[in-house]
Amino acid sequence: MESGIKPRHTGRLRANGDDYHMTTTMTDPPRASFRLSSLFNDTRYRSYTFQLIALILLCASIAYLYSNLVENLRAAGLNISFDFLREPAGYDINQRPIDYNSQSTHLRASIVGMLNTLIVAVLACVTATIFGVAAGVLRLSNNWIVSKLMAIYVEAFRNVPVLIWILIIFFVMTNALPAPRAFRGEDPEASMVLGMFAFTNRGVYIPGPEFTNPLFASAAMNWLLVIAVLVASWFGARALSRWAASVQEATGNRPTTWYYTAAIWLAPVIILFALLGLTFNFPELSGFNFQGGIQLRGSLIALWFALAIYTGAFIAENVRAGIQAISKGQTEAASSLGLRPGRVMNLVVLPQALRVIIPPLISQYLNITKNSSLAIAVGYMDVTGTLGGITLNQTGRAIESVLGLMAFYLVISLSISAVMNVYNNSVKLKER
Amino acid sequence: MTDTRSNIAFVRKDPIPPSPPPAAETGIIKWVRENLFSSLANGALTILALFAIYSFLQFAMPWIWNGVWNTSSLSACRDVLDGKTGACFSVLSERWNQLLFGFTYPSEFYWRPALAFVLLFVAAAPVLFIAYVPRQALLFTAIYPFLAYWLIWGGTIWTPVFALLGFVAGYVAFDRLVKQSFFIAAIAAVVAAGLVWWIGGALLTPALSPEVPALTAVASRDLGGFMLNMILGTVCVSLSLPLGILLALGRQSDMPIIKFICVIFIEFIRGVPLITLLFVANVVLAYFFPPGANIDLILRVIIMITLFSAAYIAEVIRGGLAALPRGQYEAADSLGLDYPQAMRLIILPQALKISIPGIVNVAVGLFKDTTLVSVISMFDLIGMIRGPILASTEWNGVYWELMIFAALLFFVICYGISQYSQWLERQLQTDHH
Repeated sequence: MESGIKPRHTGRLRANGDDYHMTTTMTDPPRASFRLSSLFNDTRYRSYTFQLIALILLCASIAYLYSNLVENLRAAGLNISFDFLREPAGYDINQRPIDYNSQSTHLRASIVGMLNTLIVAVLACVTATIFGVAAGVLRLSNNWIVSKLMAIYVEAFRNVPVLIWILIIFFVMTNALPAPRAFRGEDPEASMVLGMFAFTNRGVYIPGPEFTNPLFASAAMNWLLVIAVLVASWFGARALSRWAASVQEATGNRPTTWYYTAAIWLAPVIILFALLGLTFNFPELSGFNFQGGIQLRGSLIALWFALAIYTGAFIAENVRAGIQAISKGQTEAASSLGLRPGRVMNLVVLPQALRVIIPPLISQYLNITKNSSLAIAVGYMDVTGTLGGITLNQTGRAIESVLGLMAFYLVISLSISAVMNVYNNSVKLKER
Repeated sequence: MTDTRSNIAFVRKDPIPPSPPPAAETGIIKWVRENLFSSLANGALTILALFAIYSFLQFAMPWIWNGVWNTSSLSACRDVLDGKTGACFSVLSERWNQLLFGFTYPSEFYWRPALAFVLLFVAAAPVLFIAYVPRQALLFTAIYPFLAYWLIWGGTIWTPVFALLGFVAGYVAFDRLVKQSFFIAAIAAVVAAGLVWWIGGALLTPALSPEVPALTAVASRDLGGFMLNMILGTVCVSLSLPLGILLALGRQSDMPIIKFICVIFIEFIRGVPLITLLFVANVVLAYFFPPGANIDLILRVIIMITLFSAAYIAEVIRGGLAALPRGQYEAADSLGLDYPQAMRLIILPQALKISIPGIVNVAVGLFKDTTLVSVISMFDLIGMIRGPILASTEWNGVYWELMIFAALLFFVICYGISQYSQWLERQLQTDHH
């Protein structure tokens, strides 16, 4: 080490004289004093230069766009104000989850639209998961014809725009199904399925649940009560299974609990329904249309099923990839431990596959929510149809309406992403 | 010895030929047993699937077989069918040009977009099959965007020529200076290109008698049909790829301000549906242009769709960058490469290779999403079907034929692209398993 390498910063190195010889070769080159050219040539300062340039460019372009905006607005005699949301909307919405009439405000119309978006998104998410999981599992089936059929399903639906599927199902709903008057007469051309469901070109009519003896005046509150009871049952069932697990830890025998679980889930909700006097209101033909029950409009069904089938094809691929990602050794190891095939699936394969499946599944849910904005193509009154459609056209408040629309979707996207992050952290492989 | 041998009545001299396997264990019967009827549930599924296929074909075959191709309206078609099940494909043959080119594109110029479409394959081939097509063909790829613009929109040839010259000047300046410093070269390229555009556009074009080598100009609003989907798809994918790479590098960068800008942009775009961005293009974007500037709707839509897909491509490429082993970055540093060199020569080639499937997914998704422009009343393929064709008195009520045609068109292209990407992945596979 006593070679020709001359230490340059001898002063600093002498200070910790012990490792003098160790550090000789590692000395830094002399620090050049700051010159103007080092703003571009010296890596120590270059990043500041770039960030400063980027910041200036950003501010300049924002200022430029803003001044254009101000000038254009002044030329058009407009201003930016959200006051229009308090004015009466003046249009009708055909699917109203909350009270709404044409005298309600634009704000209320937007909220109705948001609820309609959430309704179709939740319905489509549930259905798409069912379709996707079924197709993904069946595509791995050792039945040649079934796996090929599922491959055709996946490829056909993934490679065609969802708008085309929405329109095809909408055309089926509005043109291929019989009109309500086809159900009339002694020998009708069409009849109700099981006497409960009527498939007409005005939509599908299904029995609607009703409370004859409600605790609250508003129907929504009664349903919230039902949901609260179900949530309580969920906590009860979880506590029960924890107790069973602790007994198993202590004694080695797991007590049989399935009938307790069933009772915890069913008994409270049945008692509540009996208290509230649950009845079903069946659709009936009166005049030229069906009355009673719940009407699912063709636009809702088109959007719902098109989104579900289309996204189901993507979910099927995720599920297949997730199951195939689990190496065969895991299954074999579980079997060699003596687990039965059902338990191999439940205790070994599925928990690992879910870690692969769930993140893309959640981003598919996000896609469904965003794609539900295609509702505007079939006249389903979601938030794009109310706030971004009729309200925008009637008030001419383009900037405000589009901003509101974007804010709504951003809030939903960011909250779903937050849920996904929490999940990802909770299932992350614990590496040590 | 001889005794015992004579006691044996029969000695086989040659081996018994192998007997054929049992009928159930060979050929098609075995295959059917193993793949279709391996268990009771499987057998039931098979029969169910066969029944589904049969009932589908029972309806679809006569519908296609009896299809009518040469009537001028739905009622004439129904007359020909005379109550039989059958398709009225004549809507496709009669409205073929409208479906492909829109209903206001001048019919005597259909050859121009058609030629541009054919040349698209010639231009794409050197990029798509880089190992099989001579490198010189890339020259045509470089010229193609300007040629295609001139063919489709027409007008004076000087606009695309000077646009091309500007890029050439920029490239030459970059190529000369990149050995010294990437950033000086980049700035010089921008300056050179801007100079050529300014000289060409503001000074030379008015003096050059623009009428001489010119095609008849076609306004942007006259573009329509499947051509519009193709234009939006190809233009936006090609523009969003470089933008996406920049955004991904920005998001991976150590500089907090640049990283922050990129993260906000990407997360914002990915959080909103494309329709809201198209609304922006349709009704909001005009407020942000300088007063009096009249920017085409199609250009505004291209801007918004490009920004949209750039954000998604950026996320895909970020995945590719993150998947590269740390050692690659360190190796590039230890070779003494600066950041642009390390990115261009070491990091990006590998990261892009990893990202190919993701990029293709985004491209296919984007191409499908171009149908959304029909919502803001542009007449793309879906807009044509829903607007002028279904609203006409002749073809009011022909849903299936038109929608199936549109679905088939998109399927062929999207499936083709995804098959190509799988082929490319196999081609680029350099690691050995």
